[in-house]
Amino acid sequence: MDFVFILKVLKSFPWSSHVRGVGPRGFPLRLQATEVRINPVEFNPDFIVRMIPKVEWAALLEAADTLHLIQVPKEPIQGYEHNEEFLRKMHHVLLEVEVLEGTLQCPESGRLFPISRGIPNMLLSDEETEILIYLKKKKKKKLS
Amino acid sequence: MDSKHQSNYKLSKTEKKLLRKQIKARHTLLRHEGIETVSYATQSLIVANGGLGNQVSRNQLLPVLEKCGLVDALLMPPNKPYSCVRYNTVEESKKAYDTLNGKEIVDDLGQKIILYLNFVEKAQWKELGLQTLPPGLKVIEEIISPEDEKMLLESVNWTEDTDNQNFQKSLKHRRVKHFGYEFHYESNNVDKDKALPGGLPDICESMLEKWLKEGFIKHKPDQLTINQYEPGHGIPAHIDTHSAFEDEIVSLSLGSEIVMDFKHPDGMTVPVMLPRRSLLVMAGESRYLWTHGITPRKFDTVQASKGHKSGIITSDVEDLTLNKRGIRTSFTFRKVKQTPCNCSYPLVCDSQMKEAPASFPESDKEALQLEQDYVHRVYEEIARHFSSTRHTPWPHIVEFLKALPSGSLVADIGCGNGKYLGINKELYMIGCDHSQNLVDICRERQYQAFVCDALAVPIRSGSCDACISIAVIHHFATAERRVAALQELVRLLRPGGKALIYVWAMEQEYNKKKSKYLRENRTSQGMKEEISNDTSVQELLVKELPNVGRQDSAHSVSSINDFQDGGCNSRNVANSKLPIHTNRTSFHSQDLLVPWHFKGNPGKDKRVESLGSLGSHDPSPVFHRYYHVFCEGELEAACQTLSNISILQSYYDQGNWCVILQKV
Repeated sequence: MDFVFILKVLKSFPWSSHVRGVGPRGFPLRLQATEVRINPVEFNPDFIVRMIPKVEWAALLEAADTLHLIQVPKEPIQGYEHNEEFLRKMHHVLLEVEVLEGTLQCPESGRLFPISRGIPNMLLSDEETEILIYLKKKKKKKLS
Repeated sequence: MDSKHQSNYKLSKTEKKLLRKQIKARHTLLRHEGIETVSYATQSLIVANGGLGNQVSRNQLLPVLEKCGLVDALLMPPNKPYSCVRYNTVEESKKAYDTLNGKEIVDDLGQKIILYLNFVEKAQWKELGLQTLPPGLKVIEEIISPEDEKMLLESVNWTEDTDNQNFQKSLKHRRVKHFGYEFHYESNNVDKDKALPGGLPDICESMLEKWLKEGFIKHKPDQLTINQYEPGHGIPAHIDTHSAFEDEIVSLSLGSEIVMDFKHPDGMTVPVMLPRRSLLVMAGESRYLWTHGITPRKFDTVQASKGHKSGIITSDVEDLTLNKRGIRTSFTFRKVKQTPCNCSYPLVCDSQMKEAPASFPESDKEALQLEQDYVHRVYEEIARHFSSTRHTPWPHIVEFLKALPSGSLVADIGCGNGKYLGINKELYMIGCDHSQNLVDICRERQYQAFVCDALAVPIRSGSCDACISIAVIHHFATAERRVAALQELVRLLRPGGKALIYVWAMEQEYNKKKSKYLRENRTSQGMKEEISNDTSVQELLVKELPNVGRQDSAHSVSSINDFQDGGCNSRNVANSKLPIHTNRTSFHSQDLLVPWHFKGNPGKDKRVESLGSLGSHDPSPVFHRYYHVFCEGELEAACQTLSNISILQSYYDQGNWCVILQKV
């Protein structure tokens, strides 16, 4: 499985741009934060272990970088299931850091989506929706 | 508190009960009214249960209070179950406290009530500000003589047969009779092409001529409604339909006086006393913008001072008492309007309503518009109230979520208030909804959720182990868009991933069993009346009743085109208006508007307050949500149009059609 899911939002979630029907290059969305909250969460190693394979590592690295979080290894280290130090680190990065205010940006179109009070608003404008529907229809026709 | 209670003095059972009740009264005052009581003796006392709101009049309470000393002031706020008395000295108020706390008195209805007293620092209420009559409103006192009043009252024959042309009806809260034109309460309008034979009663003709000549009225009315209200009767707040009648509406009060409440859309209420034999003239703003109504009750709060007759009941709490209602008969005269209304209050004008009644969408663009006006906007407005009514998760959905393997990533597309997001703590669940206000509620509950359109979900294809779509797809206005929503759901799934989909069913009775939705039918006549009085509710064209259920009896799944062509529904009329559904009844059309009624106090919802437009003139606004209810087999057929899925299960669950599908 190639994606990440992150409960405390965003950082490694498989966000994918839905703007103008952009292709795989619309992934991942770029995260910027103006307000971050560190929220202590009870450490549950099993939960983290199950989450690791789902993490989109590249996205997480980028997020950790832009949010100036603690250093994240380039990839999950060997035998992380039993490495408490690593799991605690991941626990902090994944679960305790919450982006309250900021933006998600489509890397291809540059379109920005606001994050406010921890809620990303991914709604498109009417025009964007129309274009998207048009493109989807076109794609469907091409396929058939 | 009295020092007596703080000592170790042993209380008797009755004393304990009294103390308990007294403390309870104190808490209630603080919690509901923000009135802080104090534990030491002061000049002022709050008298719980001794208020106009529980049928205790000034005439009854004052003598009781005066027995204990010189009463400086007795403040009786309207409709409150308490009053506040200020004595000249602390000694006197202490005496009142000792003798009257727990004392039983008899209220205006002859019922025994017990007073509970507590000291307060100051006896005062916020002044509500100077009130004036709504602009355009006049009350002309003694417009007819007592002899004419008697004659008019005797002319009304309430015992006539109901098949008499002068249509007579007994509504729940009053008796009604129409002349000139029949007034339809369902549509709030008259049938302008169908004048009733006989016109207005002769007895009224000369009276109207006189009023015209003397300039009390400008138009000669051609429609008369006679209402009879017994004590306890009332009429819900309403604005007479703009397009139905001319500017001026006049009402003659006979037999007894009454207090009529006028409400401005901003929330200001002006109670107006209509004395016996007076004429109420509503014109301009008071006719077009303000609602008027009579609260069903047996007593009115009125001015205590003599000499005060018609006009506003002020909020002067030192001058209020109760007035027992008698039988009031009103003659309301109106002139039927033949042209559309062009008043300056478009927000409450049916002729100028910006929002044309919703029609069946003919293009993708119209569908989008319909969804925006009748789905997205409505959920945004009703979010808090909606959420308060959505707390019980449906068992089969819980079952589905609990059966998923630990660690599954699950997306709830159209998560509403997030009631499924926390069902299985072993899942990584994320929700999304179009409504920001609903997503706010999810966040308040510590769930992860974001705002997006179900046709454009910003999650990478193939990333979810499971998806749920509960009561979402039925809000899309064309078959094409419903399929697109399913397609988007499937796109998110990894191969092998499952989706659970619930949509509302056209068939609310299945296998001879009524759905919970039908079984919870508790709509009262009073409520219906309220709905019909809402000017925002237009009577929309209801198409012929379709046959419920599929026409083809075969159990095979029919193609989506069958459904698009109206395979199970008679709706095939282009440009047809969407019918408005009556809540808790069977569906008569697949595409319809379902009313959402605010119950309780909508003012408590900030989001409603900020609405400031449609519906806000009514104390209980009604919103309409668009639905496409699914016929048996229709959801499966829509799913079948997607090439990359297989249907694992399809079933009927409490008035919904449900499918579990798997991506292949």
